[in-house]
Amino acid sequence: MPEKRITVTVNGTPHSAAVEPRLTLLDFLRDVLDLTGTHVGCEHGVCGACSILFDDLPIRSCLMFAVQADGHRVTTVEGLAEPDGGLSLIQDCFWETHALQCGYCTPGMLIAAHALLRRNPDPSREEIRKAISGNLCRCTGYGQIVEAIELAADRLNQRAPTASAEHGDD
Amino acid sequence: MKAAAFDYVRPASLREACGYLADKDAEARIIAGGQSLVPMMAMRLVRPGLLVDINEVDGLSGITRDGADVAIGAATRQAEAARSGIVAADLPLLALALPFIGHDQTRNRGTVGGSLAHADPSAEIGLVAAALGARITATDGTRDRQIAAAEFFLAPMMTALEPDECLRAVHFPVWSGDGAVGAGFQEVSSRDSDFAIVAAAAQLALDKDGVCRRAAVAVANAAPTPVRLGALEAALVGQRPDADTVEALLPTIDAAIDPSSDLHASANARRHMARSLTGRAILQAARNAEAEG
Repeated sequence: MPEKRITVTVNGTPHSAAVEPRLTLLDFLRDVLDLTGTHVGCEHGVCGACSILFDDLPIRSCLMFAVQADGHRVTTVEGLAEPDGGLSLIQDCFWETHALQCGYCTPGMLIAAHALLRRNPDPSREEIRKAISGNLCRCTGYGQIVEAIELAADRLNQRAPTASAEHGDD
Repeated sequence: MKAAAFDYVRPASLREACGYLADKDAEARIIAGGQSLVPMMAMRLVRPGLLVDINEVDGLSGITRDGADVAIGAATRQAEAARSGIVAADLPLLALALPFIGHDQTRNRGTVGGSLAHADPSAEIGLVAAALGARITATDGTRDRQIAAAEFFLAPMMTALEPDECLRAVHFPVWSGDGAVGAGFQEVSSRDSDFAIVAAAAQLALDKDGVCRRAAVAVANAAPTPVRLGALEAALVGQRPDADTVEALLPTIDAAIDPSSDLHASANARRHMARSLTGRAILQAARNAEAEG
């Protein structure tokens, strides 16, 4: 099939490339731009590991073709870090509460957490659970991830951590 | 898990889009949100020769009050519908159903029209369209026609759309003048926001005495298409929908549905779920109507 010329702004930088229409946005980010922070999981929209921000909204990059992203803005997990490369506030909270083990789901979880806290800076535990319900974790369990996002909300709202460690039901 | 090769176009108008669909050799498919189509392409259950991306067609997205209806453009994102003040105020049943569809990440791409055109028998938007008797506007690029929801869904993944037709909008009727309106939506799925094993939707209008003046009730995934329960609706009108009254009416559902068995549930289990979820949806709608009134 003839390749299509596209320009996608990824983490603030415009990138142009010629791509086959069937190339997913996920594979474009990883294999063409070498941004391997976005993970390949199920490749059919179930696991959430490939979550990115598309025009500032969280989506699954395996469920879009790169050609569809022409002229749009993408933020990957690499784009969440501070300008000096340091961890973002949310990433730091994931580190602090041990919200990752193997790390496979983590980029998707971070994207979901960033999108949630941008929309709703002070979510309830139930809202946090809803926001990450499209992201599967197979090792840490969800308890510490919920805790990390609660801690991030506490810090964003400049208050002492609620320090709830009751995640037995998660 | 990679899609087979295809060509891709991004037309600026529906006339142009339908022109691609009309070319039988092209094996063209419309892509809007792609949240159902792309997984099917990844699994190679479908292999379109040409993807016609309608995301940049003008006037295909948006929610407006249109006379006695709310009109939702076919390419309106499910997330936009879920945030809409018009939907919240005028279409309480749709407002309740939208959070059951997928997750944030899929609702940000998935469209209202795409869900209807895909015609998955478990889909929430199709269920609401069937319950409320929505009208679906299709176009071949030059001529529009309206299709009643009852005639739109023919079988799983099959609609009354002609091969060269594309959806333009869906009109949901707004209830007014029949009393306080409340809605109920109930669903069983294996995981939060997963496909419905069975779902039920109800909208009631109750007068000042709590008597039902108007009822819309339907179930999804209890038959090859969403089923509106006309006999049950007729029996509800004129009654106070309390638990005993509703319970007594539920056996009428059996004749209207035709559930099948799969690895998630047997036909008998679905029959049971259809009854109990419909009962809960009606009682939820009655409670919400009372709270309104």
